[in-house]
Amino acid sequence: MSSNISSAQAYWKENLRIIMTYLAIWFVVSYGCSILFVDALDQIQFFGFPLGFWFAQQGSIYVFLGLIWAYVFSMNKLDEKYDVHE
Amino acid sequence: MSLDLLTYLFIGGSFALYIGIAIWARAGSTKEFYVAGGGVPPVANGMATAADWMSAASFISLAGIVSFIGRDGSAYLMGWTGGYVLLAMLLAPYLRKFGKFTVPDFIGDRYYSNTARTIAVICTIVISFTYVAGQMRGVGIVFSRYLHVDINTGVVIGMAIVFFYAVLGGMKGITYTQVAQYCVLILAFMVPAIFLSMQVTGHFLPQTGLGATLDNGQSVLATLNELHRELGFAEYTDGRKTTIDLFFLTAALMCGTAGLPHVIVRFFTVPRVKDARISAGWALVFIAILYTTVPAVAGFGRVNLIQTINGQDNQGTEYTAMPDWFKNWENSGLIAWADKNGDGKVYYQSGNAFNGKPAFAEERGEFGQRITTNASDSANEVYVDRDIMVLANPEIAQLPAWVIALVAAGAVAAALSTAAGLLLVISTSISHDLMKKTINPNITDKQELMYARLAAIVAIIIAGYFGINPPGFVAQVVALAFGLAASSVFPAIILGIFNARMNTQGAVAGMLVGLVSTMAYIIYFKFMGGTADQWFLGISPEGFGTVGMILNVIVAFIVSAMTPPPPAEIQQIVEDIRIPRGAGAAHAH
Repeated sequence: MSSNISSAQAYWKENLRIIMTYLAIWFVVSYGCSILFVDALDQIQFFGFPLGFWFAQQGSIYVFLGLIWAYVFSMNKLDEKYDVHE
Repeated sequence: MSLDLLTYLFIGGSFALYIGIAIWARAGSTKEFYVAGGGVPPVANGMATAADWMSAASFISLAGIVSFIGRDGSAYLMGWTGGYVLLAMLLAPYLRKFGKFTVPDFIGDRYYSNTARTIAVICTIVISFTYVAGQMRGVGIVFSRYLHVDINTGVVIGMAIVFFYAVLGGMKGITYTQVAQYCVLILAFMVPAIFLSMQVTGHFLPQTGLGATLDNGQSVLATLNELHRELGFAEYTDGRKTTIDLFFLTAALMCGTAGLPHVIVRFFTVPRVKDARISAGWALVFIAILYTTVPAVAGFGRVNLIQTINGQDNQGTEYTAMPDWFKNWENSGLIAWADKNGDGKVYYQSGNAFNGKPAFAEERGEFGQRITTNASDSANEVYVDRDIMVLANPEIAQLPAWVIALVAAGAVAAALSTAAGLLLVISTSISHDLMKKTINPNITDKQELMYARLAAIVAIIIAGYFGINPPGFVAQVVALAFGLAASSVFPAIILGIFNARMNTQGAVAGMLVGLVSTMAYIIYFKFMGGTADQWFLGISPEGFGTVGMILNVIVAFIVSAMTPPPPAEIQQIVEDIRIPRGAGAAHAH
């Protein structure tokens, strides 16, 4: 029983670490690149877009997509590692 | 074939498809009615979630908003997609493991309190009704513009269709109709967008087309910026909102999205926890196809609109030479022209052409235009309602008639799919959360199902009433829906999962503070004449949900620290939902 509990806690800790990592990227891209530093990035041209504008209207959405799928794969692996998958 | 005939064919054909699916997927039990039996494959669920989520607002209004406010539109683009990252990582898997039917189920059980459950029910119903009224209105607009029926008749037809498959099929019927509706709406959005992109830039993909170089040697965006400068608008790629407002608005829309009951409930329908994560991924794939196209449609539409009205030489166009779409939308009251300099030419530039929305007199002017009665002092002569952008785009770009008919069918699909999802949430809240869980726990499965169907009928009638007699503030209440979700439901769920120590007192106090502060702020500024210079830290009412959410969390922590911890069995529930294994089994019981 006690090993079950500590294993569950370790699983939860790793889960939180994964979430924090991905949400940090999520925050930097959406609030950083697209809002806070958008004017600085706009100085750079990117395939005909000012870069900040591109992040705000296109790039951030692609990053969101990448993040969810990366999370899906990380969690599938983690579930197997701790043998909690279905 | 004429446009009218094509439109009838496309809309009629899609309706026949939806009804066919509804008959095939009738619900026999409450579990099938509420969560489609919990057996929806993740790709189908992702597609249904996308259709559920993309409403008349996404389909009809979003590109128009971006087109008219330029870069600031990113708050909506990011807010309404970034919320899915939060859903996938912070809510969906755990709620799926919890394995009940509704959001109030989770809040009521996790906080072992009927007060908490009732607050969640009220939020759910208010959020869903504000949304659904707008959908019915969207159906009405499409019917009146393309099928030349009265708006009210359009609303009634829409009600009848939703009634049929929502009441009959419940979640099961809705899920599979939404899959079909997604296909219709995405086709209807992408086909004209690709046409436009090919026409303006020669690029097949609208996403890259927006960055393409035009014949004049400049990119689309640079051309737009130049047009905007000439006409006195702010540059297209520059923002006008303050950074702090944009920040809070984006956050409120993201957290609001993740807290919307009709979106969350979709994740109860898949078999395993793993599938909840995967279907969030699929949902965003299907949503992103439309959302990454929106900026391109907005940009191309803006160039076409300005150049069609003002002419290639930027001298304005004789009213008598204006294309049909201009006059058709003028007849619908969504475009208006006042010949302020008396030259008979239509000219569009910066400034409000009218004081508020244009008011029309009965008679026609010398060129056949509708006479308006409230022209402003601004030199701008034209009012264009931004809601017509997507619908008028194919006509402005002179695309073939079948594309225009397809867009009409797509707009109706977008509105109906969202309306059905919302109506289901309303009826579930009433039959399950109120009748079964709060008022009379002894009713049988069959009775509960009957209550659910009755509640759906009543909800459709009320929604239809709002569609026919829209409260003049539909746009404003949408801000309320997101604000409510962000400041009440969203933090309560997150705290319930990630903080095992959170108790009833903390959660209830937090929800009430978030709810009351956000509602008070929105009501003061939207309905009681508060002005922008009084905004707290310069945050608009639409963005205040974020502040409400922060207050909610702070109050919840303080109150729960001063009151006893939740009972051991609740802490056990929290431990349990954090582990994926056993979701399917728990659900089968």
